[in-house]
Amino acid sequence: MATLEQVDPASTQDDGIRRRDFINVAAVSFAGVGAAAVVLPLVGQMSPSADVLALASTEVDISKIASGQAVKTSWRKQPVFIRNLTAPEIAAAKKVAMSELRDPQSLAERTKPGKENWLITLGVCTHLGCVPLGTGEGENRGDFGGYFCPCHGSHYDTAARIRKGPAPTNLVVPEYAFTSDTVVTIG
Amino acid sequence: MSFAWAKPYQPKSELGRWFDDRLPLPRLVYGAIGGGYPVPRNLNYGWNFGILSGLFLTIQIVTGIVLAMHYYASADGAFNSVEHIMRDVNAGWMLRYAHANGASFFFIVVYIHIFRGLFYGSYKAPRELIWMLGLVIYLLMMATAFMGYVLPWGQMSYWGAQVITGFFSAIPVVGEPIRVWLLGGFVPDQAALTRFFSLHYLMPFVIAGVVILHIWSLHIPGSGNPTGVDVRTEQDTLPFHPFYTAKDGWFVGLFLILYCAVLFFAPNALGHPDNYIPANPLATPAHIVPEWYFLPFYAILKAFTLDFILPAKLWGVLAMFGSILLLFFLPWLDRSPVRSGHYRPVFKRFYLLLVVDVLILGWAGGATPTAAVIAISQLASAYYFAHFLIILPLISKFERPLPLPSSISASVLHGEKQESAPYGLAKTAPVAAE
Repeated sequence: MATLEQVDPASTQDDGIRRRDFINVAAVSFAGVGAAAVVLPLVGQMSPSADVLALASTEVDISKIASGQAVKTSWRKQPVFIRNLTAPEIAAAKKVAMSELRDPQSLAERTKPGKENWLITLGVCTHLGCVPLGTGEGENRGDFGGYFCPCHGSHYDTAARIRKGPAPTNLVVPEYAFTSDTVVTIG
Repeated sequence: MSFAWAKPYQPKSELGRWFDDRLPLPRLVYGAIGGGYPVPRNLNYGWNFGILSGLFLTIQIVTGIVLAMHYYASADGAFNSVEHIMRDVNAGWMLRYAHANGASFFFIVVYIHIFRGLFYGSYKAPRELIWMLGLVIYLLMMATAFMGYVLPWGQMSYWGAQVITGFFSAIPVVGEPIRVWLLGGFVPDQAALTRFFSLHYLMPFVIAGVVILHIWSLHIPGSGNPTGVDVRTEQDTLPFHPFYTAKDGWFVGLFLILYCAVLFFAPNALGHPDNYIPANPLATPAHIVPEWYFLPFYAILKAFTLDFILPAKLWGVLAMFGSILLLFFLPWLDRSPVRSGHYRPVFKRFYLLLVVDVLILGWAGGATPTAAVIAISQLASAYYFAHFLIILPLISKFERPLPLPSSISASVLHGEKQESAPYGLAKTAPVAAE
């Protein structure tokens, strides 16, 4: 460096920063910002596109679901379970102490007020995303009478809360509202 | 690179000289796989599996390019296009079976290649980088195989994609957004299928690139050998061509016979019948398992069922990735200066236990997750990690290795007396080579 400065003393200003340093930093920064501007769309193109996001809400008629029955429907291409709980199932869900739960939530928190028998959850196991069994007639409902995921053996209870197995959290309750007594809008 | 006695390339014709002067490609080939590459003379059949891996990579690339001419990556049409290949495309059934079973055979030969390396200490100095590049190839292979398995868009394809991208949702906070970003949706759908196809086409060429680095770094110290003793003199080596081209050639023929036997007589033996059902986002197959070559890792994933500081799910995913990342540190976990397992009596026994352990993990990964199976996979997973993190470092500290032969040639040439009566057939007890 010393030899450089001897060759061209004029390039060093009073503050010790050479003109060449400034040009280097400016040029690299300019190229860096440009590269970042190119990377953004390249990364962003992988996020869900507008048509995927557009499938935002679904209406479901629940008048035909008898007590003890459940149906599987689809929202944002994900399965949704709508289950009409029986009185003993509601009682069983209420009896469980919060301290026993991995992801403590009461049945009341997972249903709408006055509609405690309607358990609406995503049918996506919180472990690795399989569809749990238990909606269909005669399907395995696991040790707690709710849902059972066949992939890695997660057991959910009658409030679709995780009780046993590798799943970390309860089945997700999506946003939904009762638009009438027999119609529910999910999303 | 290579040894001092390696023969330099000498053009045989005027045209060869003309070409070599302008682009020394013939020189490169001669020095890499020709007479100019000296190889230890005592290699056993364990050393044939590198070439075989290259062979199956080539088969995969060739059959894959052809299949891509008939396949279309559309969520509505992918399954049908595969059926079209199977039924209507000329020889399409053979090309698809060749590709599907080629993947299995690629993994078979790579697993043998890896376990060869584990036994003969091929990961030890000065070959650490060869080992690590090999692991990179292995990881790329796993990603490629997974994405390829999604393409037929059958039930196993779909739910495999769902479960494997689900690994990412185990990461706290950012996991779920990453999963949605990778899939381009909330579940696997058109966006995921198209990008998997794009990447599945790209990755084999990336693998081929890393293979070149792998071989380049191999040709600096040269191949290891069953004794683990370094090459000392020209007597210890043979030129690659014609000796190893001939040996590899006949072994390639043998392996292709095995491959064709499966390809033509049991083409679906290694697959799952459920993948002949079109993908259904609303129903998971009753028994969902990955392809056989992922089963040991699947068992490790399933072994974690209890939350301990972190959620069980995150432990499972970390352990599964950790089981491979661990191998990157193997050159520093096994500190024994002796490479070959033949001269390490204690190591040899634990090596066999590891092989059995991985086989048990593979079985547990495919079995229905009952309490007993989970307990077995927990024990086997624990042993896997213990082998590398506890047992290997301890062995390399306390084991007393057997005396090494003075050279490669001494280990194979035992002197006139024993050569004439090998395997202890001589009346007098044979004396070990000096």
